[in-house]
Amino acid sequence: MPQIVIKKRPPEEAVITQRKFFKKTARGKVIKVLRERYLRDDVACGIVNCSACASPSTTLSYQGDLTHQKFPNGHYVLPDTNVFLSQMDLIESPLFTPPIILLQTVLEEVRHRSLPLYNRLKALVTAEDKAVWVFYNEYRSETAIVREEDESPNDRNDRGIRTATAWYNTHVALSRPPVRGQQQPSPPQIVLLTDDVANREKSQKEGIPCISVRKYIEDTKDANSLLDLLSATGSDDIEPTKAQAGASRTLYDEYLSTGTLLAGIKAGELHQGHFNANQYNYLEGTVPVPAFTKPVLLVGRANMNRAVQGDVVVVEVFDEAEWKAPGDEVVDQEATLKNDDADDSGEEGEDGEDGVPIVRERNPQADSKKVSVEKQPTGRIVGIIKRNWRAYVCHIDSTSLSSSSRTSHSLQTVFATPVSRLLPRIRLRTRQAPILLGQKILVTIDRWDVSSRYPEGHFVRALGGVGGKEAEIESLLLEFDVPYRPFGKAILGCLPVEGDKWVVPPKTEGGVWKDREDLRGLDICSIDPPGCQDIDDALHARWLANGNIEAGVHIADVSHFVHPDTPMDSEAASRGTTVYLVDKRIDMLPALLGTNLCSLRPHVERLAFSAIWELTPEADIVNVRFTKSVIASKAAFEYEEAQVRKDDPNLSDPITQGVRLLNTLARKLKAKRMAAGALNLASPEVKIHLDSSESSDPIDVEQKELRETNSLVEEFMLLANISVAKKIEESFPQTAVLRRHLPPPSTNFEKLQDILRKRKGIPLDVSSSRALADSLDQCVDPSEPAFNTLVRIMATRCMLSAEYFCSGSVSRDTFGHYGLASPIYTHFTSPIRRYADVLAHRQLAAAIGYTPLHPTLHAKANVERIMDTVNRRHRMAQMAGRASVEFYVGLALKGRGEKGEVREEAFVIRTFRNGLGVFVSKLGLEGLVMFKRDIQFDADNYTVTVPSSVGGKDVTISVFDKVTVRVEVEKDKNTQKGRVKMVLVSPVDSTGL
Amino acid sequence: MASRIEILNDGGFRSDGRRQFELRDISIDFSLQGTADGSVTIHHGLTQVLVSVFGPREAKLRSQTIHDRANINVEVTVAAFSTGERRKRSRGDKRLLELASTIKSTFEPVVQTHLYPRSQIDVFIQVLQLDGGLLPACINGTTLALTAAGIPLFDFVCAITGGVHSASPMLDLTTLEENDIPHITVAMMPRSEQVTLVTMETRLHVDRFEEIFRLAVDAGRVIHNEMRTAIQARTGSLVASLGSGQKVEGETGVVTMMEINES
Repeated sequence: MPQIVIKKRPPEEAVITQRKFFKKTARGKVIKVLRERYLRDDVACGIVNCSACASPSTTLSYQGDLTHQKFPNGHYVLPDTNVFLSQMDLIESPLFTPPIILLQTVLEEVRHRSLPLYNRLKALVTAEDKAVWVFYNEYRSETAIVREEDESPNDRNDRGIRTATAWYNTHVALSRPPVRGQQQPSPPQIVLLTDDVANREKSQKEGIPCISVRKYIEDTKDANSLLDLLSATGSDDIEPTKAQAGASRTLYDEYLSTGTLLAGIKAGELHQGHFNANQYNYLEGTVPVPAFTKPVLLVGRANMNRAVQGDVVVVEVFDEAEWKAPGDEVVDQEATLKNDDADDSGEEGEDGEDGVPIVRERNPQADSKKVSVEKQPTGRIVGIIKRNWRAYVCHIDSTSLSSSSRTSHSLQTVFATPVSRLLPRIRLRTRQAPILLGQKILVTIDRWDVSSRYPEGHFVRALGGVGGKEAEIESLLLEFDVPYRPFGKAILGCLPVEGDKWVVPPKTEGGVWKDREDLRGLDICSIDPPGCQDIDDALHARWLANGNIEAGVHIADVSHFVHPDTPMDSEAASRGTTVYLVDKRIDMLPALLGTNLCSLRPHVERLAFSAIWELTPEADIVNVRFTKSVIASKAAFEYEEAQVRKDDPNLSDPITQGVRLLNTLARKLKAKRMAAGALNLASPEVKIHLDSSESSDPIDVEQKELRETNSLVEEFMLLANISVAKKIEESFPQTAVLRRHLPPPSTNFEKLQDILRKRKGIPLDVSSSRALADSLDQCVDPSEPAFNTLVRIMATRCMLSAEYFCSGSVSRDTFGHYGLASPIYTHFTSPIRRYADVLAHRQLAAAIGYTPLHPTLHAKANVERIMDTVNRRHRMAQMAGRASVEFYVGLALKGRGEKGEVREEAFVIRTFRNGLGVFVSKLGLEGLVMFKRDIQFDADNYTVTVPSSVGGKDVTISVFDKVTVRVEVEKDKNTQKGRVKMVLVSPVDSTGL
Repeated sequence: MASRIEILNDGGFRSDGRRQFELRDISIDFSLQGTADGSVTIHHGLTQVLVSVFGPREAKLRSQTIHDRANINVEVTVAAFSTGERRKRSRGDKRLLELASTIKSTFEPVVQTHLYPRSQIDVFIQVLQLDGGLLPACINGTTLALTAAGIPLFDFVCAITGGVHSASPMLDLTTLEENDIPHITVAMMPRSEQVTLVTMETRLHVDRFEEIFRLAVDAGRVIHNEMRTAIQARTGSLVASLGSGQKVEGETGVVTMMEINES
């Protein structure tokens, strides 16, 4: 029973315990706010064995860190807010080891300033290899302070930090009473870490030990490697960068003040949205805003005004007369900006000579030819609401190293080119440039001044040599923000103690068997892709006496092992999904569960969550029930194996008959789904053949084959998901975890419709999913069977992506799943690899009265928060998987290329003024063919005409045309990264063009 | 992100520095207001309520009298300056009428109304400052004011709010917390172990309910202690100011009776 007490707040202390202030709301109303706080003496200092505070959990060692030269008696560091805001990479580095005292004031300031940094900070607090103690100084009576008159909030916080540092120092001294007969060692110091000069001066006056970050780092053990991690913002007072020294001219407009921005947005004059860079043209970007159906176009660096992919920006839209159409040309940053010098970014603003004009000249003729329909709102960025900068994987640009310093370890400024084409180059100061050349490195952007053409950043860490598989995979994981660290001790502690010896206990023991059905006698089998280790679903079907069919889907009972509110659960929630790369799997749950205890392996008793239907022979559902169960799968098939077995007339054992029964049902289910308007979409999927499991060198690439049994499993999983979705939505209308796919706005299809009409004369009806499915079926070119697939792929790209959501947070009529044409849907069938399924399992278990629902699943806000992460992770995992395939396709091509030329058939999917976008379906690869020479470009009809070289006929190529390309992998001299390059072979050889 | 303020941070502190089961400061002031028969100003954290009790007396309106017991008339007014946003509320404000009727029905089984047939007890509640826990403050204040007016009660009524933030229950919510998390108000009678009021305006899962309910009842006992100490202190000072500690008529007698009721 917790102790309930009344906290006393004596009236004479009201000066510090009570606060009154006035606040102006967005509507302009003035509101009086009264706050009180209760000061206490039981806020612990966090030092082990502290005699004054008896705290059960402490993280700071008794003597602090003894390795720093300046503090031989040991010390703790107490960084101020700006240190965390600008030097997070330093603090996160495993080489930065001193125990850290994190004040509540600092923590809250970080939270207000930057949520991503706050989340990193929170991760740091719980990290096992860091000693961080959060000290709630605002609640401790000695360290709580009140803002004085004419003191800014900033100054108040700084004073609070100083007060806390001073208190800590006296506290440490006082809590170590001298022991008679022993030499009293001097107590460790608490050092205020701050880059604010004024703050340091004040602390020195008050006798508080303080030091700047750079000075502090210079005397640590690993000074050399740590110094590189210092962010550019931190180095100001020591050595102003050249860009600043020459800041005589500004290259960009200053941003408007936040107040003006907000007022502008409210008045509808300015628009807010996410900035998207154009991957084909680095001088162009778009910002989708709700006010226009088309995104706002930003042309040129000045108009993009220092925005980086993903930033939340505010744009001003120009008059309609100045609206432009998006460029139809490929502009490559690397090719055009070769000659920029990293050291003098400020000066090179001189247009046209060596650099590139900030707004690229456009062909006026081409512009005027454009019909106004194609023009879209054009504008410029006038402010940034929120930066979404993170660490980017980059290469050092070798040309930016001065030749004399190629070997020297002096400090120099170089360019780092991000792997992603959406990002600008980053200017970087480093001492290790020669070592980092040819490596993949992680770089963070620190700032982007008006006087600097490029953003400035700092080095975080090296990932390894370019082209090395390890480094490539790691950089890929980092680029897509996939958490890939091994599971920590606390997480592994949540596994069953028996480890892999765990078995389902005998039925007589009860326990696990409570409310579980014994389905061990059923002929259950699983059908999965080859080499599948985490089998999370199994099926069975049999005839019932009444002429109906009983079909069951059995899903691994992950929620039996993963309990809410455990470290394993929160880790799984933050990982969100298992990420599949070509030769690697980043698990969501520890391997013991994923591939063993939860995996429904054959001939072993396993716990399952079963959905069992009674279906008529026409596949109409008579009823459905859900139950926790114990099953023993009789066989684990691969798709192909199951297919062979089903088709083999000689076999008539119960399992084979079950598979046949399931198959007939699945066909009927699919027919019904298609009749309801489900879309049959296509995405380019390829399979990589690996040499052997050890070396994992790719040998070849082929397109994935689909068999009837794939569709069998899919149909039953869909059925299970839909039935579960109905059930949990009914039981928990506010917090059910569901998945939906919104119908795409018809404008998304405009371009595809236009292309199809002009090139093929085929109309595309997108009014509903049914209409779209039908008209996609009509999209056939008798001479080209692959055409239909191509159109499906292109149509898929026009759609929105499906998302998880919490049933209480959106209106009932938007629950539908467009692609599946189902009014309600969730994910239930893969709890081993998707976290949303785990939640669905818990909710279903509660819905059938098996367990009470954990309170966190009652809180809508909480479910919404989890859904947000899961959605993001899901998206990232997909992109990471795709990128990994792309990388391996590249490797395979390289291997093939050594044996001879690689020629593939490709379809043209886009046309540019100086190139073609082509899609090689056999490799699932999209690429660019660039023409150096002028070609005629007809934007309205999506064609380019290549004038022949020696008097022959001109060749016209248009979208959907089939061409042959030569695929080569060329190594970029600069960055050493292999790039897929495509050259047109037929109808015209573009080698010389 | 629902709000900028963390309801319960990782250190186990709430936004005002309390832990989950710590109640806000309660101070009780019995100084008499005007011609009231009993009045009390109760501060509960930053919530401040003034309750004045008149009666038992003859009803102003004939129609309101009940032949076999006293009628309890509760009126609540909220001062325009009590909340962050200045707002005048009319007497017919539905929220206030509801609040008044809740309080009335809470006290009807507690006040020994049968002793005063055909009379009326007026309870006027003025909310001077508001920071969460309005109903509990009104109920606790009314209990004290009735006692001060010498109206016999069967028992104390002690009220408190309790809420749940994701999985952690907490007691005595401020406005900030009330806006964010589901909560209930419980009024209990410590001696007879009965509950006279449970209200809830937010959705709370039934599994959570019992835990919070039990906590709130336990918290009610803590509040009861506080209220009893205040009454005893006041009685003590009254006796002292009367000079001798002899038996005197009037209020002291009533309070003694109250004490008998309690023990």
